[in-house]
Amino acid sequence: MTTPLLKVDNLRIALAGDGVTYNAVENVSFEIGRGEAFGLVGESGCGKSITALSVMGLLRRPLSLAGGRIVLDGQEIQNVSAAEMRRLRGKRIAMIFQEPMTALNPLSPVGKQIAEMFVLHQGANWNEAMDRAEEALRQVRVPSPERRIKDYPHQLSGGMRQRVMIAIALACGPDLLVADEPTTALDVTVQAEIIDLMAELCAAKGTAILMISHDLGLVANMCKRVAVMYAGRIVESQVADSIFARPSHPYTQGLIDSLPRLGERARRGRQKLREISGVVPSIANYPAGCRFNPRCSAVTDVCRTVVPEATPLPAEGVVRCHHHG
Amino acid sequence: MSLALKIPRLRLKGGSSLWVGGALVAIAISSAVLAPWIALTDPVMDANLMNAEIAPCWEFPFGTDAQGRDIYSRIVYGARVSLSVGIISQICNSLIGVTLGLTAGYWGGWWDDLVSGLTNLMLAIPSLVFALAIMAILGPGLVSLVIALGLTSWSYSCRIARAQVLSLKSQGYIQAARILGYGDLRIMFTQVLPNILGPLIVIATLGMGGAILSEAALSFLGLGIRPPFPSWGSMLSEARDQITTAPWLSVFPGLAIFFTVLGLNLLGDGLRDYLDPQSTTRRG
Amino acid sequence: MADALLSLDDLAVHFKVGNSFAGGIKTLKAVDGVTLDVKPGECLGLVGESGCGKSTLALAIMGLLPPTRGTMNVDGQQISGSTPPDRMKMARTVQMVFQDPYASLNPRQTVRRTLADPLRLHGITDKAEVEARVIEMMAKVGLRPEQADRYPHEFSGGQRQRIGIARALILKPKLVLCDEPVSALDVSIRAQIINLLLELKDEMGLAYIMISHDLGVVEHVSDRVAVMYLGRIVEQGGWQEIFENPRHPYTRALIAAIPDPFHRAAISADAKARGEIASALNPPPGCHFNPRCPLKADICTAEYPAFGEVAPGHRAACHFRDRMS
Repeated sequence: MTTPLLKVDNLRIALAGDGVTYNAVENVSFEIGRGEAFGLVGESGCGKSITALSVMGLLRRPLSLAGGRIVLDGQEIQNVSAAEMRRLRGKRIAMIFQEPMTALNPLSPVGKQIAEMFVLHQGANWNEAMDRAEEALRQVRVPSPERRIKDYPHQLSGGMRQRVMIAIALACGPDLLVADEPTTALDVTVQAEIIDLMAELCAAKGTAILMISHDLGLVANMCKRVAVMYAGRIVESQVADSIFARPSHPYTQGLIDSLPRLGERARRGRQKLREISGVVPSIANYPAGCRFNPRCSAVTDVCRTVVPEATPLPAEGVVRCHHHG
Repeated sequence: MSLALKIPRLRLKGGSSLWVGGALVAIAISSAVLAPWIALTDPVMDANLMNAEIAPCWEFPFGTDAQGRDIYSRIVYGARVSLSVGIISQICNSLIGVTLGLTAGYWGGWWDDLVSGLTNLMLAIPSLVFALAIMAILGPGLVSLVIALGLTSWSYSCRIARAQVLSLKSQGYIQAARILGYGDLRIMFTQVLPNILGPLIVIATLGMGGAILSEAALSFLGLGIRPPFPSWGSMLSEARDQITTAPWLSVFPGLAIFFTVLGLNLLGDGLRDYLDPQSTTRRG
Repeated sequence: MADALLSLDDLAVHFKVGNSFAGGIKTLKAVDGVTLDVKPGECLGLVGESGCGKSTLALAIMGLLPPTRGTMNVDGQQISGSTPPDRMKMARTVQMVFQDPYASLNPRQTVRRTLADPLRLHGITDKAEVEARVIEMMAKVGLRPEQADRYPHEFSGGQRQRIGIARALILKPKLVLCDEPVSALDVSIRAQIINLLLELKDEMGLAYIMISHDLGVVEHVSDRVAVMYLGRIVEQGGWQEIFENPRHPYTRALIAAIPDPFHRAAISADAKARGEIASALNPPPGCHFNPRCPLKADICTAEYPAFGEVAPGHRAACHFRDRMS
């Protein structure tokens, strides 16, 4: 295998509370190849978003990187200077967020915000940059870009704003696009369009995607490989196609079984949904051993004391469960 | 990322501001109540020109004024005027302001327009000028002082209450209460008011400090407490000319006002936290 | 219909927006002529994207917004507005479960007070009876009696939603309007709440209006489904007909947009909608869906299609409803 574009190795992110330090994320390792779409799935609070932020070098107090390596294209980036990180962001790695309204400058026309990327990172002059911004808007299929370029963010709909965010993110042809719940705030029909657009543009430009979402179905549709996070750890990572067919961790299994799927009732009649009992633990009360153990139906004593190691799966991927195999 | 929300809030139990503020206010109130017992001399009658302008010493811990009256005793008695004016007038202001703000924010419409207009009018006229006018009609004295100050600075409470109601009105639990058949007044007093109490208490304690200072100003103009009866404000204004020759005349009443207002503000902050069920200070 | 628990006839809610100085006053037709009914014990799913008017419709049904035209009958009695006796009777017949379990509970009231106050308001003053009903209701939604004196912030999102459900059911209503009851919850908690709602429906003989954008959830719980677009119902029918044999292109687009790797390919990718929902201030002429519709023809911009029957109980507002199958 050639060197991956992004390698996250044994990542640990600390959260400083009042006098106590928690590990918000630990033992997180994954690799993303060039042009590959990789998904990180989990519920709110599982640490998927802060993992993404750490890749962007955007962790801020009370969060901090406490261990592990983040390697972009052979270069360790977890300790580079703030200036170097700023240069990397936008040029080599870019990010889009759940709510584009908070990421766009409300006082500046969207065209100017796209053009700024060309001026800052590629030394273009403003006239040329504005032309390229219009082209970028056309690429993300904003209708009549020559007019939209002068619009302010509040004049655009949510879907249009997310298109503008994608245009800004992909302006300088980054190697990696980090997408943190990019469609959660959007309607389903718009979500489908945005996902298609992201996948298509990234494939055309050879940009890899780190997709963060709570929606396993969405991620599995778009990404080649998927990692599932629970309470700060990756519990399973697999090829997307097989994660629905052969989930290896009880949590993944539970997630898949617990959601009513369209067409299921027509095929099998209404079945009671299989619940995952209990609640998502808060960071101050992470259980010992396997963190899923209080909610797991297959729990045994070893689960309550020993942290499960990553076990390789027969085809590709790993699972962290004592009872696998 | 809602991570930060899931960290338990660890805080100082009790909240030091509650206790420090409470203690300062308690000292002020108890000296007002116990004045006849803890004062050393009569604040009005015991003038003795032989003792005029003595610096603080064993016999007169805070010194004496130009008429030879004991400053300590006058401050103790002055607490009665300053505190009753401050507290009672602010209670009037809060009642007026909160009632108007709550109903205006909740009902909206013409009532809201009327109340908002009135509030802006009150904010545009300096409240002291307004109070002066009322005093001119009612004549000087403690009761008219309380009435004048109690009717003229409710606009802040009103504005805060109205703004808070507007932000709460669309919350699910307000809608749920309407759906459950609660009447408007019941919703205002059981659902809205308890949730906007925090900022209102802070405003009220700030207002008490303000009223104590306004009393000083009005007394200085001869409309409040008439000499020779003491209040902190009138003592301060009488002492103005001697500030270089007899600084204790202004320093001690000034400190009394300072610590009382500080205590009220701290108490307000502390109460706001104490009343909030989400702060862990109460249950630990 | 005489036996309906709730029936709406041509219900409309319009808002005046703007002012007479800047651009003039416009009419926003948030709900524009909705006719539907809910029978006792039945679950009606209400589907649509943001801006379709489903939330406005919900508020109108709950009596929180006055309708501009049309009538509403609850339990055989016409509800004229918000006179106090009507409100009290409504409260004992129709209740609501909210989307956001955080904003929908009064942070200063314990569970006991949240549940007991409505009982007292509705004339149950005997202390022992109030207490018994509070504890009984808590048990029904899966809360323990010793949790009665806790405040909302001491509960997790899923437990808060249980409290919200308990509050809605404490007066023993006949119809409960559930507005996106699980979409604000953690994914692994949703199945618990859906199962609970279905159990309570059987146990207490409730009828539901289930508003959701999650088609999987709607299919799972609904007996009949209504699809809303720009203030009107565009398709209505039994759950199986809506999901297996949709006759409106918008319904088809919604189904096609679901990212589910297991989803059958019955509805192909060309059913996807383009663009985004238009503003209700300025709906497109003719069929409101025409700018996004893959089947658009001249007639679609000329006239609004009739809400015609394609099968008994199955109606669709599309000029081409008979050509889709």
